[in-house]
Amino acid sequence: MATKVIMPQLGESVVEGTVTRWLKHPGDDIQEFEPLVEINTDKVDTEVPSPASGVVLKVYVEEGETVEAGRLLAVIGKAGEAAPEAPDGATQKVKAGSTQPAKAKPAETQPVPSGSTQPGRSKDLGFISPVVARMASEHQLDLSLIEGTGRGGRITKKDVQAYIEKGGASAPPAAPWEEPASGELFRPSEEVFGPASGWRGDGGKGKAGEIEPLGPVRKAIADHMLRSKQTSPHVTTVMEADLSRVVAHRQAHKGEFERDGVRLTFSAYFAAAAVQALKAVPIANASLTEGGIQYHGQVNLGMAVSLGEDGLIVPVIKNADQLSLRGLASALEDLAGRARTRQLQPEEVQGGTFTITNHGVTGSLFATPIINQPQSGILGVGAIQKRVVVVESQTPGGDRTDGIAIRPMVYLTLTFDHRIMDGAIGDAFLGHVVKTLETWG
Amino acid sequence: MAVTQEAQSVLSKETTLEMYWTMLLARRLDERAWVLHRQGKIAFHISGIGHEAAQVGAAFALRRGSDWFVPYYRDLALLLALGMTPTEFMLGLMGKKGEPNSGARQMPSHWSLRRANVVSHSSPVSTQTTHAAGIGLAMKLRGDDGVAITSVGEGGTSQGEWYEGVNWAAVHKLPVIFFVENNNYAISVRRELQMGVDSVADKAKGLGLVGVSVDGLNVQEVYRVVSEAAKRARTGEGPTLVEARVNRMTPHSSDDDDRTYRSKEELDVMKRDDPLTRFQAQLIEDGLLDQEQADAMDARAKKAVDEATKHAAEAPYPSDEEATYPVYVEDVRHD
Amino acid sequence: MTEITLIEGLRQAMDEELARDEDVFIVGEDVGPRGGVFRATMGLFEKYGAERVMDSPLAELSIVGVGIGAALYGMRPICEIQFADFIHPAFNQIVSEAAKMCYRSNGDWTVPMVIRAPYGGGIGGGLYHSQSVESFFAHVPGLKVVIPSTPYDAKGLLKSAVRDPNPVMVFEPKKGYRLIKGDVPEDEEVLVPLGKAKVTREGTDLSVFAYGMMHHYCLEAAETLAGEGVQVEVVDLRSLLPLDKAAVLESVRKTGKALVVYEDNLTCGYGAEIAAIVADEGFTFLDAPVKRLAGPDVPAMPYSHPLQDWFMLNPDKIAAAMSDLAAY
Repeated sequence: MATKVIMPQLGESVVEGTVTRWLKHPGDDIQEFEPLVEINTDKVDTEVPSPASGVVLKVYVEEGETVEAGRLLAVIGKAGEAAPEAPDGATQKVKAGSTQPAKAKPAETQPVPSGSTQPGRSKDLGFISPVVARMASEHQLDLSLIEGTGRGGRITKKDVQAYIEKGGASAPPAAPWEEPASGELFRPSEEVFGPASGWRGDGGKGKAGEIEPLGPVRKAIADHMLRSKQTSPHVTTVMEADLSRVVAHRQAHKGEFERDGVRLTFSAYFAAAAVQALKAVPIANASLTEGGIQYHGQVNLGMAVSLGEDGLIVPVIKNADQLSLRGLASALEDLAGRARTRQLQPEEVQGGTFTITNHGVTGSLFATPIINQPQSGILGVGAIQKRVVVVESQTPGGDRTDGIAIRPMVYLTLTFDHRIMDGAIGDAFLGHVVKTLETWG
Repeated sequence: MAVTQEAQSVLSKETTLEMYWTMLLARRLDERAWVLHRQGKIAFHISGIGHEAAQVGAAFALRRGSDWFVPYYRDLALLLALGMTPTEFMLGLMGKKGEPNSGARQMPSHWSLRRANVVSHSSPVSTQTTHAAGIGLAMKLRGDDGVAITSVGEGGTSQGEWYEGVNWAAVHKLPVIFFVENNNYAISVRRELQMGVDSVADKAKGLGLVGVSVDGLNVQEVYRVVSEAAKRARTGEGPTLVEARVNRMTPHSSDDDDRTYRSKEELDVMKRDDPLTRFQAQLIEDGLLDQEQADAMDARAKKAVDEATKHAAEAPYPSDEEATYPVYVEDVRHD
Repeated sequence: MTEITLIEGLRQAMDEELARDEDVFIVGEDVGPRGGVFRATMGLFEKYGAERVMDSPLAELSIVGVGIGAALYGMRPICEIQFADFIHPAFNQIVSEAAKMCYRSNGDWTVPMVIRAPYGGGIGGGLYHSQSVESFFAHVPGLKVVIPSTPYDAKGLLKSAVRDPNPVMVFEPKKGYRLIKGDVPEDEEVLVPLGKAKVTREGTDLSVFAYGMMHHYCLEAAETLAGEGVQVEVVDLRSLLPLDKAAVLESVRKTGKALVVYEDNLTCGYGAEIAAIVADEGFTFLDAPVKRLAGPDVPAMPYSHPLQDWFMLNPDKIAAAMSDLAAY
């Protein structure tokens, strides 16, 4: 069956793109991930890698032609296979925010045919039960592609599960919120919504004597990292925080949050503390432009999420300063969940004014993350570890004395742009974060 | 409230006047409740006018504060004798937040007062009789020398539940007093259609316990009879069925119109036999009270009623949320 | 571990609770020297005496009413109703009084009592020794209702019920009294919390919810289905009020198909509530309609053997319903 290639939606408010150069032509062989066509949008020029291996059957848009996002560009299939003549209008619109999967067989990116997401009789598909409808919607499946083994030939839940397991849909990779990434891997937002580049970040095969070219994603990351370091003089300051009160608060409240359907994670507390510090030290929530320092009015907090082999994505909580702990926890859960299933909107990975990255989950005590341009600072969260600390107390006689206690501690690192912030300011910010956490409740 | 001494045949002047005061206060509160209802200020009232002597006599004969009471809805005077305040009654009447019987969950006059060992009762008649037997059973098992007294109207003695409670107490010789305030009317149904015997006390013979019938309009007589019953209970001789013959001087409740089933003449006779006026006259005759003191008490009662009514009228209603708990003990809130 | 019968589990529970708390006492018909018509209280009269294992008059209403009174005074009665079929005279006391006492007195008066009764058919008892009555009481807020199906749960649930400060109804599947055997530990306290269901067999293809004897029949039927390649998840509800709703929904989420099995008449039987909950809150998990398999809507279970068999559910009938649902 032929695989469709559509014009991706690249970035906020970008609704169309121009085909600048076809790299392959009808009749050419092409490998999955191999660049197929170059396109240009307002924001970026990029290549679209092929979603499948096979032969380019047909091309629908000429070089120089500008078409709306979602439009059919080309079809890849088996040699001799028939290709659809022209794009069928309404069903070509891809849902905003959907992505093509990076690994395994790509699914159809066109939406499920109308009628099949509604439970009820459909002439062609038979009875669609509630769970089948839901799974189809969640995984963006074309039910007409799934064989039904239920009574009367209906598609059962098991049929859908089997279809997914065989690679019929993009099974969301497990990228739980608390899993993370090392702080340096950034994937520019355009890359996320651009064509799946499928770079396998396994660190390379390491064959001696061989030169392994960088895939597009790796290349983009490398460029971004270098650019960032070349733009901002990076300085990192380290502090530690005693999380006893946070741990106690979380223990006391997570049950109540769960009853409201919200998972209360440690990340919510770090987010809340960072937001408060950004309000207290506004220069950490600013960018250096040509004209000078631009102070951002709102706090749009980016939280780095690992996507496994696909690198990192940074969904942004807009107006994070207007959210309570509960609001932040809820927003984090929602964004992380949708990041995992590739259902984030482009706007949700743009517009950040500050970023938090969590390297602690892979064991790092503290690290020196690279600033996510054009922001001016990035907060790194290390591993939460029980450590022996010295605490001051009073003897019955009123004298001050030192004692030893075991506390859940975490190292926090702030990397800041030394063009606009100095050590004192950076420490003021970080100190505020620490104080908020240590006096929680 | 002073704790009464055991089975005293001669009551002190102080106690006697206290009894009168309690009857008077009950009467004035009850009358005010009728007025409030006819003014449209409350939704429901069920009256005890005419029963005061029986209830006060019984209450004073027991150890208020340590004996247990399982009353029914006419027992306003009994509750006042046990320490319920006029304001507490008014809060219940008006369904206000914090009223002690039920937090405004029950209709008015559905008594419950934990601090005075008054057990919560419901609307289905005579369900409390077995509870009293159970309390008596527990007292006996624990070796306490308490007494449980439970009251119903004579109609309540037709319920199977009543017989089962009395029977059980008789079998196990439990320290229970089954107090029946016989006013001859179960709403509109007269005694003759209610029972085959002439006196409720006659039922005792068939069930194996002592049965006594007493003039329920005479507070001192009731006091004497209940004192004897209490002694019988505490010494292990078992339960007593006490029928107190009283008059229900009002309709059954604010929803009843008794003109449809009884005559003015009958009510006139009841007025003549009014236990409150009779007791007052007797006290004056016995030199325990003079008219001036009687009037002063009357004024004091009116004032108490006025204040209670005012407090309750100004008190807030409970919030909607209070209807949601406590379904289980886990939900009980101790504010 | 020792293997005991279900009724022995109940007896041990009562023995242990009587020993533990002197406020606990048993009251009911024939519970004393006779040891109960099913021998549920065998030996307890001899051990604890007439004041703690008390024979009552033949009056279910007052067994409960007097029990309520004693509970109000601070004791912890275990009221035995000889057969659940005879609980109806006590309905007024249970529903008007025990269930509402805490609510109507705003917590001032509470009724820490257990009402236990053997229920269910299949023992040749006819109309008045075979009834299921749990749905009448699971309908009443203020009560708790539990139904054990194993000796361990019988012991653990009854002990927990005695310790619960609310009125708890314990319905015991009489057919299983001696038929169902299971292990209980010898040296540790057996307590099963109220309000928790138990997945007794894991599966992926359909969920079946049951309690009492039906739970055992469902396990047998599930074994048959496994032979057909269908993996049935069996959930023993154990507690009808409060219900472990999360366990029910979690199972349906997993399998997508729900079958509710109960011995009682179909219409308005307890299982109807489970079906309603699944249809409402588990809608998007469902791959098939929610099915109920229950007793027929005739006034009660007849006596004659073939008629009784027609009424009663059994593993074959349940397996057929499971197969049908699995194939949907």
